[in-house]
Amino acid sequence: MQLTEQHREYWRKNLGLTAVLLAIWFVVTYVVSYFARELNEIVILGFPLAFYMGAQGALIVYVLIIWYYARRMNRLDQEYGVHEGEE
Amino acid sequence: MVAQTQAQFTAALKKYYGFYTGGFIAFVLVLAVLEQLGLPPVWIGYTFLAATIALYAGIGIMSRTADVAEYYVAGRRVPAMFNGMATGADWMSAASFIGMAGTLYAAGYDGLAFVMGWTGGYVLVALFLAPYLRKFGQFTIPDFLGARYGGHLPRLIGVFAAILVSFVYVVAQIYGVGLITSRFLGLEFGLGVFVGLAGILVCSFLGGMRAVTWTQVAQYIILIIAYLIPVVWLSVKHTGNPIAQLAYGQALQAVAAKERELNDPATELGAREAEVRKIHKEKQAEWEAKLKALDAALAAGQGEAFYAAERAKVEEKLAKLQADPAADPKAVQEAEKALKDFPANVKKLREDWKKKMEAAKAKAGPVPAHAVAFPGKGAEAKLLKENPAATPEQIAAARAEDEKESDIKRRNFLALVFCLMVGTAALPHILMRYYTTPSVREARVSVAWSLFFIFLLYFTAPALAVLAKYEVYYNLVGSSFAQLPAWVANWAAVDATLMKIADLNKDGLVQLAEITIGSDLIVLATPEIAGLPYVVSGMVAAGGLAAALSTADGLLLTIANALSHDVYYKMIDPNAPTGRRVAVSKALLLVVALTAAYVASLKPGDILFLVGAAFSLAASAFFPALVLGVFWKRANQAGAVIGMLAGLGVCMYYMYTTYDFFGGSAANQWWDIKPIAAGIFGVPIGFLGVIIGSLITRAPAREIQELVDHVRYPSLAGDIDTRAA
Repeated sequence: MQLTEQHREYWRKNLGLTAVLLAIWFVVTYVVSYFARELNEIVILGFPLAFYMGAQGALIVYVLIIWYYARRMNRLDQEYGVHEGEE
Repeated sequence: MVAQTQAQFTAALKKYYGFYTGGFIAFVLVLAVLEQLGLPPVWIGYTFLAATIALYAGIGIMSRTADVAEYYVAGRRVPAMFNGMATGADWMSAASFIGMAGTLYAAGYDGLAFVMGWTGGYVLVALFLAPYLRKFGQFTIPDFLGARYGGHLPRLIGVFAAILVSFVYVVAQIYGVGLITSRFLGLEFGLGVFVGLAGILVCSFLGGMRAVTWTQVAQYIILIIAYLIPVVWLSVKHTGNPIAQLAYGQALQAVAAKERELNDPATELGAREAEVRKIHKEKQAEWEAKLKALDAALAAGQGEAFYAAERAKVEEKLAKLQADPAADPKAVQEAEKALKDFPANVKKLREDWKKKMEAAKAKAGPVPAHAVAFPGKGAEAKLLKENPAATPEQIAAARAEDEKESDIKRRNFLALVFCLMVGTAALPHILMRYYTTPSVREARVSVAWSLFFIFLLYFTAPALAVLAKYEVYYNLVGSSFAQLPAWVANWAAVDATLMKIADLNKDGLVQLAEITIGSDLIVLATPEIAGLPYVVSGMVAAGGLAAALSTADGLLLTIANALSHDVYYKMIDPNAPTGRRVAVSKALLLVVALTAAYVASLKPGDILFLVGAAFSLAASAFFPALVLGVFWKRANQAGAVIGMLAGLGVCMYYMYTTYDFFGGSAANQWWDIKPIAAGIFGVPIGFLGVIIGSLITRAPAREIQELVDHVRYPSLAGDIDTRAA
């Protein structure tokens, strides 16, 4: 089995996407929590911001990250011809 | 079955589960009507539990199988959405369903570590593991370790870690089943455990992963309906908005306003609170003095004598009451109970007293603010109260003390979130579920569905916690003891560990510091708080049972598969015929289930800590070796062995030296990190171990590198095939 340049590019793109999404995950989880004391000064609709992020905001971002990854990768499979046949 | 395309299969499933959901709702409505006609609550409880267990058993029997691929991975044709629901049920345990909202009620912002940790982990599952494991396409997680790193050793370590983690977790689930059945059916706890066990076994024993998958989907539907309906109702009652998750912002502000009032002795409510806190303060001092005497006796080697004397006091009190014909029968009962529950030895007595001292101490302090992140210990406020003329130096010192406490809390919060997330992405019973989808494509989508279904419950729990707090602060605090709300009186009568309320300062009014609420109460009592009929309480119990049973099933299967597939088939007898492999697996399942039920019936005290510990252990043992196995071709057998052992070793060592259950002490902590977050050390050490171990030994063989390429691409021309038959 020999990997072509196209295969390598697919994998690089996958790594790039993974890194970007992981960075978003890191920011909404750890950076927001780290500055929770300061962010809680901002209140929106009754919710202190850091509290809202921990209770809902971060969760919504997680769902979106995974949904976007699935969509993007499934397209990438097609573009690079590494998709599975229909069963 | 006639050859059916995947699309037809999915369509059929949607139809079945659509009917099923409708049927469940109809069933609840019929019971509601019967309740109005006078069906007693006990019967509603029985009907609910019997009907749901019979339903799971029915699905289990219909899905029975002796086919290896069906038994281990449900034939690999579970559509993404259904696998998402099954994963949701597999994931959400009795603790999530019943305990989470209560934890958030008690801990406020700090409790959100669990909400974030137990959802954010799925990002790691999606990005690093699920699609690659699906492409690899075998049966268990140790399978991947065995194939990727070669030789029996990595597989064996994987088996050991998988069993260690899953067993602790399954004991906690069976314990939860015992609690629910004993509370709602009035069975004795030990008996409740074994009744629940029957409910678990009818699914996994007959049909393995296939039966467990289709039951878990059914269980998810019940548990999510049961969780959401009472919260929607409560939200309408308090805010007029059915979407609690949006509406509780107002309630949160109202709660914060009340917190300030209760902590301000200048207000009427605040003054009454201060009165009760003073009583708790005295109690705290009393317990501290008793503890001091106990420690002095221990230091002098008189521990046993001290214990005997204390026990004699309790016995004497009972004897005196029994001898007195005019004694209040309730007091006699209490004295009998005190003797029955008296700690078994001097060490337990010390723990018991310490707990009581700490409970009093917590109540003696001001009300913690719900939404405030990482509060300090209030040293500055205390100083200013006790000594209004404090010098600026004293104030600065107190402020520094507060800041230090706050920073320690923040560090622990972040560490705990990390451990729960990485642990989520390393729990074998969850990862195994992604072997069951028809393709890599579906596996990716399936993680999104999984998290969406889990999200529905987890973003509701903080709302429920705040709404319950609102109810307590505004409708219970300040009300008269003569006219307690019905739900308070009911629960206080049923179970004092869940709800305890006593008029300590004898003013006839309820103060917040006079109420003790157990963490399981919030979810269990929500239907009554919202003024819903009993049928909804029965539904909540059925939901909690569904959560516990579904998780227990997934875990039991993981343990039995690790033993039968990885140990028996892959190591002992690779030529075993398929029929025997499934038979061995079923036999082992039974043995493991009985052992777990036996352990659960002993009511091990520190089960909650152990469940938390399971995440750190799984994270340290599995995550580095699994992720580097996919993302780093150079990782080899020596690296995996060293990394897994080092990660697991560091994690276990840290827990052993810092957790008092094992005789450790908090003084041994590194950077004040609590033992539950030991994975914060174990995971980096695990990564380092894999990297260093791999670099000092030779690169893995060509076939292994090809295997890595194989899992990275959903489809490759001239690809090797690792799918297991």
